[in-house]
Amino acid sequence: MSSPATTHPAPLLEVAQISKQFPGIKALSQVSLSLNHGEVLAVIGENGAGKSTLMKILAGVQPPDSGKLLIEGAEVSISDVEAALEHGIALIHQELNLCENLDIAANIFLGREPASWNVINQQQTYVESEKLLKQVGLNLPPQTLVGDLTVGQQQMVEIAKALSINARILIMDEPTSSLSLHESEALFAVIRELKARGVSVIYISHRLGEVNDLADRVVVLRDGENAGDLDRASISHERMVQLMVGRNVSQFFPHTPHEPGQVVLEVKQLRTPAYPSHFINFSIRQNEIVGISGLVGAGRTELLQVLFGIDSPLSGSISVAGQEVQINSPRDAIRAGLALVPEDRKLQGLVLEMAVRENMSLASLTRDRKSLGRINFNQERNISEEMIAVMNIKTPSDSQIVQFLSGGNQQKVVLGKWLAMNPRVLLLDEPTRGVDIGAKEEIYTLMNQLASQGMAVLFVSSDLEEIRGISDRVLVMHEGQMTGELSRDEFSEEAIMQLATGQTFSHSQT
Amino acid sequence: MKKILGILILLIVVCGVTAISNQNFVSAYNIQNVTRLTSLFGIISIGVAFVIISGGIDLSIGSVICLIGTMLPYLLAKGVPVPLAFLLVGVLSICIGLAHGLLITKLKLQPFIVTLCGLLIYRGVARGITEDQTQGFGTAHAGLRYLATGKIDLPFIEGFKLPVPFLIMLGLALLAAFLLNKTIFGRYLKAIGNNEAAARYSGINTDRTVIMAYVICSFLAGVGGVLFALDINSVQPEGIGNFYELYAIAAAVLGGCSIRGGEGSILGVVIGAALMRVLRNSITMLGIPSQLEFAIIGAVILVGVITDELVKRYAQKRRANQQSGMYSG
Repeated sequence: MSSPATTHPAPLLEVAQISKQFPGIKALSQVSLSLNHGEVLAVIGENGAGKSTLMKILAGVQPPDSGKLLIEGAEVSISDVEAALEHGIALIHQELNLCENLDIAANIFLGREPASWNVINQQQTYVESEKLLKQVGLNLPPQTLVGDLTVGQQQMVEIAKALSINARILIMDEPTSSLSLHESEALFAVIRELKARGVSVIYISHRLGEVNDLADRVVVLRDGENAGDLDRASISHERMVQLMVGRNVSQFFPHTPHEPGQVVLEVKQLRTPAYPSHFINFSIRQNEIVGISGLVGAGRTELLQVLFGIDSPLSGSISVAGQEVQINSPRDAIRAGLALVPEDRKLQGLVLEMAVRENMSLASLTRDRKSLGRINFNQERNISEEMIAVMNIKTPSDSQIVQFLSGGNQQKVVLGKWLAMNPRVLLLDEPTRGVDIGAKEEIYTLMNQLASQGMAVLFVSSDLEEIRGISDRVLVMHEGQMTGELSRDEFSEEAIMQLATGQTFSHSQT
Repeated sequence: MKKILGILILLIVVCGVTAISNQNFVSAYNIQNVTRLTSLFGIISIGVAFVIISGGIDLSIGSVICLIGTMLPYLLAKGVPVPLAFLLVGVLSICIGLAHGLLITKLKLQPFIVTLCGLLIYRGVARGITEDQTQGFGTAHAGLRYLATGKIDLPFIEGFKLPVPFLIMLGLALLAAFLLNKTIFGRYLKAIGNNEAAARYSGINTDRTVIMAYVICSFLAGVGGVLFALDINSVQPEGIGNFYELYAIAAAVLGGCSIRGGEGSILGVVIGAALMRVLRNSITMLGIPSQLEFAIIGAVILVGVITDELVKRYAQKRRANQQSGMYSG
């Protein structure tokens, strides 16, 4: 497929040697890329590789520290979102930015309402919205409330909004992370349509399968640097993963096959408040690493939260080591031998303004207390020093305020808090989100070690490579339901995606 | 410690300026007076500090002082024996804190709203029961009144006597500092004030900890109510304790308690209470029209808070620069 770029000598967009630094982390270092007219360029990389930062710079959300941006050969400065829009660059965020209480037309023209004497010309917005909706294949009246739309339809509204400002460059950040397979396909059709009309798309995704189908070219980022480009002919799953992780996959994901032992956690007929109509059944054994895959909103986090007592189950039973337990609070869960490394470590995992040591001891203080409820300061220090050493946490001392550590080291502090409790079952929700590549590998190694020592490890991840790389077994969820279970030799991206989007997997169900 | 240093310097400066302008400021009588009042206000400020550290607020303190301060003489006048009267007002103040805590944690009501209602209710109840009649101990209970008005001779210091409330405050402050710094309760309180979700996810019984903070606050307000009543002897239900919650909150904030929760030191709070009292005293001593009193106190607090925020930002910026230097190297 040849793009209509041939008539233009200069690429539509050129990013030259962009660098961006945040306190404590170099987000981008001399990153370059170019985008042609009517091209779909996929930008891929692990979590924390710098994709989001780069996109924010292009969309004017953040300024770069150094480097140049050129549009059709002319250097431009994109100081804010408005400047980006003027250059025809629109960013569609992973979390959509729509007002659910307003209708489609109002959302499309938000901030740019056609008006005379401050009175909005409603009719005009409806007429124009209708045209735009047709372009994105959304057959709905523009008076429909956005809150009544599905996530996929809302995404189309975002795209229509971008088209309404004549965007030439559409940046999409993980657009399919919460879409069903059908909705994803509709999105791909719209992207191809846009491309045919000369609109360029920068497409960020974790789903290498769809990148393979959609992209004209792939730019890979790793740890804030260019890791390599692939043109259409050389795009393959294997090549992409290799560039993303910087070496062979088998080396990056240390997996030692474990001989599963006794059943440690057994869940029967469990109903979560988020999806009251579905019953969940599964069990995990000692020495086992089980991954839970699924789309955003599949109910994975909600399941872990019920297991850990953040929310109470509506019905069903949870047994730990053969004993049925009532879990109505995290304390009950901890008493039963469970631990949870939560999805958002800044909101749920850490007390950011407290020291490393104080965070590390938060779960074990009560257990280790002395008479009169006094803190056992010696024990606290011992634990934190041990954990810092065991997990190789990079911190000047254990009294460093945890907020000043890098994401990977923060995550290790959360892990250390739980290892001090010696749990039977370790639950992890997106354990490597926002973690740099070195720490990621260390976390994988640690999970492996813990499983070898007899712990049962259950983790949720949206990163398919991670799920496939370190799990002994994968459970897949779709809209609150367990749609399947895959053993290690069945872990293809296709199989997981089929189950994650609600289709039945055609292979044998183990 | 750095936070306390700032306010300590401010206190010393205000004392110094006043002492130079008016010799009477350093008279034994004046110092005793300021010390006594600092102690009384210190007690209620320590109470509210616990609530502020947990990330909450208590606006009902003045009204709790009113309710307890009127009920004690009221009960005694009705012939209730002293120990029973003390027990009753003690239990009453604890129950008030318990009610606040339960409403805030179990019903998830806003602390601001709950204690604002408390502010209206307790004074209303006190005025209703007493029919707005001034309550007092008359010439009876001289032994009790010693708790608030008594003075103890100090060895080696001629003329100056130590007010008994100072000793009560000292005892309570030591206990509070122990709770805050040495016990798991104190650690949990700070964690909750900083990030309640993370505390809950760590298995902490956050509800119980928060309820405890409100109980401590109301109980110390009750202790304050008893001492204020014993101190002034003629307790007017519509007047006693008015705005005292604001003095207490201001003292706690000046003393380094972040209103966003998670931080605070008892010594700082006591110094904050002292600054509030010394400021009032200085206004009189310096001959400033008393109508300006609130304006000056307000301005001093505002300047203190602004300085604190600016210093914090400066430190953060310097830290960020150092860090980026560390990584780019």
